[in-house]
Amino acid sequence: MGKTIAEKIFDSHGVDNPFGDIHVIRLDAVFCHEITTPVAINDLVSRGMDRVFDPSKIKAVIDHVTPAKDSKTAMQGKILREWAIRQGIVDFFDIGKNGVCHAIFPEKGFVRPGYTIIMGDSHTCTHGAFGAFAAGVGTTDLEVGILKGVCAFHYPHSIKVVIDGELPQGVFAKDVILAVIGKLGVNGATNKVIEFTGHVVDQMSMEARMTLCNMAIEAGGTCGICAPDMTTVDYLWAFIASDYPSKEAALSDYRRFTADSDAHYDQVIHVDASTLSPMVTFGYKPDQVKPVSDMEGEKVDQVYIGSCTNGRLEDLRIAAKILKGKTISPNIRAIVSPATPEIFSKALDEGIIKIFMDAGFCVTNPTCGACLGMSNGVLADGEVCASTTNRNFNGRMGKGGMVHLMSPATAAETALAGVIKNSFLFTEAGGAK
Amino acid sequence: MKQFNGKVLFLDRSDINTDEIIPARYLTEISKEALKPFLLEDLELAGFNPSKDILPSNVVISRANFGCGSSREHAPWAFEVNDINLVVAESFARIFKQNMFNCGMMAVELQSAILDDLFTTFMGKETLLETDLKKNVFVFKSGEICKEIPFSISGFDRALVEADGWVGYADKHY
Ligand code: SF4
Repeated sequence: MGKTIAEKIFDSHGVDNPFGDIHVIRLDAVFCHEITTPVAINDLVSRGMDRVFDPSKIKAVIDHVTPAKDSKTAMQGKILREWAIRQGIVDFFDIGKNGVCHAIFPEKGFVRPGYTIIMGDSHTCTHGAFGAFAAGVGTTDLEVGILKGVCAFHYPHSIKVVIDGELPQGVFAKDVILAVIGKLGVNGATNKVIEFTGHVVDQMSMEARMTLCNMAIEAGGTCGICAPDMTTVDYLWAFIASDYPSKEAALSDYRRFTADSDAHYDQVIHVDASTLSPMVTFGYKPDQVKPVSDMEGEKVDQVYIGSCTNGRLEDLRIAAKILKGKTISPNIRAIVSPATPEIFSKALDEGIIKIFMDAGFCVTNPTCGACLGMSNGVLADGEVCASTTNRNFNGRMGKGGMVHLMSPATAAETALAGVIKNSFLFTEAGGAK
Repeated sequence: MKQFNGKVLFLDRSDINTDEIIPARYLTEISKEALKPFLLEDLELAGFNPSKDILPSNVVISRANFGCGSSREHAPWAFEVNDINLVVAESFARIFKQNMFNCGMMAVELQSAILDDLFTTFMGKETLLETDLKKNVFVFKSGEICKEIPFSISGFDRALVEADGWVGYADKHY
């Protein structure tokens, strides 16, 4: 029988198979940030094992709270920084060069088709957009990854999500993934890899595919994954040009990591994109989704555009298209956090930052910031945030706060209206303008 | 090896997430011990008062999809520093379950019908649990009532419990 993408990656990375279904695999990269890594570092030090398996395969960034907001976050940064220097980790991104982990690591070319990656961060599933197996893990798995370059997983089962049809204007990858999570439920993909395929995925940019894979974990999935194609090669070309004589040669190599036509899936879900409209979450769970049109008019206090889900250039461009020449509602405050310095810089060049500022947005440095309620836009008790992030749990952006997840387009239009509103790019009647 | 016996805390809700177990605002702590007062601080559960209801418990019994959300191992640690080394539920989020065994703790699944019976029989009563890891049996006791519930964990999970976690295991084998 044929194999899925994840099965092929596992089969090419096997180290040990100690207990039936448990596969210990070799890691191509271990990603680190300042929230979950310091405890692993301290533990390694206290065990007298302050080493790393391969400094060139470890990438580290300070991104969650940066610049440090207090002594404790400063200490987290300090532990990571000193460790990176001590261990000779060249790819360490400190303030001035840092950005949200799941945006900056792909941008630097650290993710390749067929790679195995772990990080102490649940949204590591984002990197599956490149045809990699990338999984969020806890600090102990991270610690062993740092020390030994291996991690243990159950052999991967996959769910195939086939997205066909055409996306109506004003409907984006974020709306698609919210609809998919609505179908699967918050644990519909637990212990499984979600393989995204179909015409719509083929047409998507790498940025959009990352948005899709980013939220696999919100359905419980270990990883989201897209087959590598010419879009993947184009994105990576600057980093791989010296490895291959041509893009075609790179693609034919990467084709090793596409699924066989007779591969087994635990479940196959079909989505007709043509029937989708912009989506929004309404409760404290990411599977509580409904069309934006059912929520229109609902009051919000803050709009947040950013994060590893939707803080990329493509997202900022879409929001700017809606905000251009307009100002946000006087009853609202709005924050945008470009996800990386490169995105920030390009957004400056394209005049996007000016559009945000003229509209009345606060523009922050690249950081996770408000996304996890630790800095840069924490909600007060009872406040509501329209957010392009990925998680709407109770208290996520501040104790007693409510988060409505949505696309950058919906968030921008909501900022202008002061209440939840569909973007002008989308019209109900004809589906699209 | 850790202890898996003691007083039971019943949390009768599904989808209890890691932000409820330990909110992100405490992730700036770099010692496990510092998490101790904040366990389940944001739990949405009618009648639940973390400052009164948690201590002294050693075992948590809950429902489906326990520990969903972030990968933070601070969630198992917050339990561990409160002397809770065992969570029994209908199902778990993958990362949370792996984190538990990686710390030499246990996350054990029981069928929903069995959990229904345990909730009906014991919730609201002072309940003690004894874990027999050799026979794979939980013994629940409250006054005169006693129930023996068989459970199973995988060979790998057992090896992790015996090695007091994944670092010890991996260091020996790889
Ligand atoms: S942007 Fe939000 S979801 Fe993404 S890594 Fe940062 S905190 Fe996590």
